[in-house]
Amino acid sequence: MKVLVAIKRVIDYNVKVRVKADGSGVDLANVKMSINPFCEIAVEEAVRLKEQGIASEVVVVCVGLAAAQEQLRTAMALGADRAILVEAADGLGSLAVAKALQGVVEREQPQLIILGKQAIDSDNNQTGQMLAALTGYAQGTFASRLEVAGDTARVTREIDGGLQTVALNLPAIVTTDLRLNEPRYASLPNIMKAKKKPLQTITPQALGVSLTATNTTIRVEAPTARSAGIKVGSVAELVEKLKNEAKVI
Amino acid sequence: MTILVIAEHDKGALVPATLNAVAAAQKIGGDIHVLAAGAGVSAVAEAAAKIAGVAKVLAADNAAYAHQLPENVAPLIVELAKGYSHVLAAATSNGKNILPRVAAQLDVDQISEIVSVESADTFKRPIYAGNAIATVQSSAAVKVITVRTTGFDPVAAEGGSAAVETVAAAHNAGTSSFVSEELATSDRPELTEARVVVSGGRGMGNGDNFKHLYSLADKLGAAVGASRAAVDAGFVPNDMQVGQTGKIVAPQLYVAVGISGAIQHLAGMKDSKVIVAINKDEEAPIFQVADYGLVADLFEAVPELEKLV
Repeated sequence: MKVLVAIKRVIDYNVKVRVKADGSGVDLANVKMSINPFCEIAVEEAVRLKEQGIASEVVVVCVGLAAAQEQLRTAMALGADRAILVEAADGLGSLAVAKALQGVVEREQPQLIILGKQAIDSDNNQTGQMLAALTGYAQGTFASRLEVAGDTARVTREIDGGLQTVALNLPAIVTTDLRLNEPRYASLPNIMKAKKKPLQTITPQALGVSLTATNTTIRVEAPTARSAGIKVGSVAELVEKLKNEAKVI
Repeated sequence: MTILVIAEHDKGALVPATLNAVAAAQKIGGDIHVLAAGAGVSAVAEAAAKIAGVAKVLAADNAAYAHQLPENVAPLIVELAKGYSHVLAAATSNGKNILPRVAAQLDVDQISEIVSVESADTFKRPIYAGNAIATVQSSAAVKVITVRTTGFDPVAAEGGSAAVETVAAAHNAGTSSFVSEELATSDRPELTEARVVVSGGRGMGNGDNFKHLYSLADKLGAAVGASRAAVDAGFVPNDMQVGQTGKIVAPQLYVAVGISGAIQHLAGMKDSKVIVAINKDEEAPIFQVADYGLVADLFEAVPELEKLV
């Protein structure tokens, strides 16, 4: 079984972002970039399926700038067999990315496609569901457990009130939640080996997909800052403030 | 303009998040219709008809819509959406699961988790874990939007008298099926709707120590939340997680106990009206957003707080 994993290059999750003064976006110049944390979990799950003998090949794909080759190499160092970069502009919307991924799915015909549940930059939580709609495949979003047997994937999903398990016919789409697994680190020998693994670059045009969008970002601004708080000296003082100053209890 | 709001429901009852989604629809302006899709939704449809400001309720009752499987519910919404200017749902796990599937089938971009309505086609939404606010304009014929419930005060659940219309359309993709559910039970208020939230982090040390927070919460009529660290350590179940990838809350009072205040946690609670931090590390980032900070050992401070409130 072939597994396709989609990853995204994003600002590292520990970086405190700065909004540009002209309101055009956030400042990404000279900022550390990494694989989106949910995508790392997706790569890890695919590699585990391969280690269990369920997956025969793990293909990792990214839609984005040429610089994302770095993240694709990292994914191969973690165990993916080969990589595809669909070279496109930065900051594409989820629908455009889903359409590009659909083009890759048609070429590669994977049985299982794993994505992260959301990217920590746009916080959209859309691409996996949109790819499922475009391909007509079933979707198992926010997965905290995945079991593949025969032509069915059993996915336990994190929902608002607890957990829900669904059975999906393959091919299917799964998006990962934080608790699906603990991603491994790339070892130095594997990082060296990953440099020799195949990385194919294609254009959206070659896939025959249009990347037009119906959404335009007009402005990006910093959120209103909270006014500075105070430190209280004792629990009694805290309770007094909450009762008489903030009037919340 | 006519707006379709997807009703969120659970165990045959309307979920209050629907009221926040209707509030966002009112800000956009126009007639508001509510879709109740599921198996056995008559009570949900009746409750939706009573929501203030709702003009019509569509009831789609079909076994295939049970458990809100997106493969079956999304085509239903797509079929209905063509007559509407906007399709809205609360950004709950169901809304987030189903609506992008609807948007892609309609070939439009979705706008996720709006926190304000600027005009009928322009909305504000947080990005980068809430560290930036984007203003987004949509040119889509049908605008597909999820609503962050904390951004909109709920409309009244009573006062409306909308007509209920039955929708016969049956869609069953046959590609997925429900297997089982494991729901957490709690007598305390729902986390996302509570007026007061008491949350614990890694500093709680173990799951047993959360009993201190439960008894404080009971005294305050509060819900109990947690940071990712507390969930990952197995102290509490993951549906209690507050943050970028967990639940987004904005209560009147948020008490963070033994929580350092990572970017990802702040994303879920920094719109709370009053934030209290109890932490023994005075350098903890949580103190930068706290209105009232107490540098103390939580195992002494929490029982004392419980006694005094």
